[in-house]
Amino acid sequence: MVSSSQLLLAADSMLSPTLVQALVKIVILIGGLMTAAAYFVLLERRMAAWIQDRRGPNRVGIPLTGIRLFGLGQPLADGVKFIFKEAYTPSHVDRWMYLLAPISILVAALVVFAVIPIGGMLPAVAGLSDGGEPISLVVIPGFDSGLLLVFALSEIAVYGVLLGGWASNNKYSFLGGLRSSAQLIAYELPLGLAILGVVLATGSMNLERVISRQAESGLWFALAQPLGFVVFVIAAFAESARVPFDLPECEQELVGGYHTEYSGIKLLLFLVAEFLHMITASFLIVILFLGGWHFWGLTGGAGAEVGWLQSLLRVAVLLGKVVLVILFFMLTRWSWPRFRFDQLMALAWKIMLPLGIANFVVVAALGEIRAWYDPEFVDRYWEWGLALPNWLSLVLGWLAVAYSGTLVTDNRPQPGPQVAATRGEVF
Amino acid sequence: MLPDNPKIRWVDEPQLGISGRMYLPMFAQGLATTFKHLKRSLAGDVATVSYPDQEPKIDAPLIYRGVHRLNRDEQGRVKCVACFLCATACPAHCIDIIGVESPWPDREKYPQSFTIDELRCIYCGMCEEACPVDAIELTSLYNLTGRSREEMIFDKEKLLSVYDATRESEPMRTASIGGTNG
Repeated sequence: MVSSSQLLLAADSMLSPTLVQALVKIVILIGGLMTAAAYFVLLERRMAAWIQDRRGPNRVGIPLTGIRLFGLGQPLADGVKFIFKEAYTPSHVDRWMYLLAPISILVAALVVFAVIPIGGMLPAVAGLSDGGEPISLVVIPGFDSGLLLVFALSEIAVYGVLLGGWASNNKYSFLGGLRSSAQLIAYELPLGLAILGVVLATGSMNLERVISRQAESGLWFALAQPLGFVVFVIAAFAESARVPFDLPECEQELVGGYHTEYSGIKLLLFLVAEFLHMITASFLIVILFLGGWHFWGLTGGAGAEVGWLQSLLRVAVLLGKVVLVILFFMLTRWSWPRFRFDQLMALAWKIMLPLGIANFVVVAALGEIRAWYDPEFVDRYWEWGLALPNWLSLVLGWLAVAYSGTLVTDNRPQPGPQVAATRGEVF
Repeated sequence: MLPDNPKIRWVDEPQLGISGRMYLPMFAQGLATTFKHLKRSLAGDVATVSYPDQEPKIDAPLIYRGVHRLNRDEQGRVKCVACFLCATACPAHCIDIIGVESPWPDREKYPQSFTIDELRCIYCGMCEEACPVDAIELTSLYNLTGRSREEMIFDKEKLLSVYDATRESEPMRTASIGGTNG
């Protein structure tokens, strides 16, 4: 039998600095992400209003005081509204799946952040760091298959969408879910191919390593592999189902897509998960292609020992870049019209997939050539010199897409023998 | 419809040029439009009127369709001749008139009671169009509120008082804008 003192001892040893550190990071991350998602919703609404010559939500401030604060109380009001709404479940739905869908999509969207670094290292803090080690600003430090985890979890988001669409027992929801799964699976391929280039160049799937690699060379992967960058950004837009790829939930065609039958807190979970997908996509764009926390002449190289100022600067640079990318997401929403579904699929399979493969082949071949002449990978000139053929591949690939005209589709029924044969049955 | 139906005229889409197929000019065009509006809004030039703080500007009060009024003639009597044309024209059936014999020599009838249910009214302005003597008119008062349904049923006195309140700012229809008044 285990005595209570033994249990206490066990509990004491379990609360090692590593664990405390992880718990603190998780709390900060989840709190921060939820708040960020809420305020990004407000920002998106304000941006939408500005672009449409309106003012946007600018009234809600501190309750009962009449202080408006430019509408900064709006997310709180929205949240309270969603939470206190009746938790209505339509009678025709599959109850368990209906409940499971929003939970699974939100959990998957949140867990991704376990491997996404939000900065570089922090100097050691007493009580938190194990033996004076600097604190890594990622929940699971040194996780070598981080990118794989991100991909696996972003695939689970498809389950949430499909489950929601299926469980709703509504044809619009079901169509939305189907479209969404087809879209997400189609764009997963170019996304993966674009990442392969980065993984090849880095030699690791650890996201911290990807950043430090770019910091060492000072050449962001967006500059070194522009074709991969373009493919990744477009695929990331499609993966996070943002305009012009918002077919899963296009209001004009599908009412609300897979979350038509949801209301109250469950709808809120879906909406938050969608925003988290966008934030994840922005983080990935910044970390993989825009240098993460690195900025020339500001944040120092990868090897340097960092002080408090430097490390906080790195966090600020990373988050600043992420906010800029999110702003781009929001501007995009009001600039371009949505794709038709066949155009979406044509773009994925006929354009993005070949471009992704081309990028991968070019990067791999150039890497081999470099390994031939510079086996130690030390020569800085190779790094910058190889960017040139990569830019060439972007221009050539883009021109090839334009000249082949694969996006130009003609789906009208063509007169022909098959149609004529069925003449009697068509009417 | 069969595709080889001779009545179908096939229209070919205009061919995209190489710049169109490169997508970049359109990309830039879309962003440029977005930024144009963003810049304008951030400079404060928005279409929204912050209503309770700021009154909306009504461009043409004479043709705005707000609360009704019953006009008076030069001697201060109600102009209405109780012809029921407005009540007949009203698609919402919100006008209720009781016409009796007129005490004045210049007309046969006048309204003993004239009520409009402002909650039923759809503010289409057909009563105003139907009126042969320009007695009923819609004013530019738009912020009509009340605490009960009964309060929102306007009787003759109330409608005349709306005229008294708006006679300065909104003159009666003249012939120049389609009225019968001199």
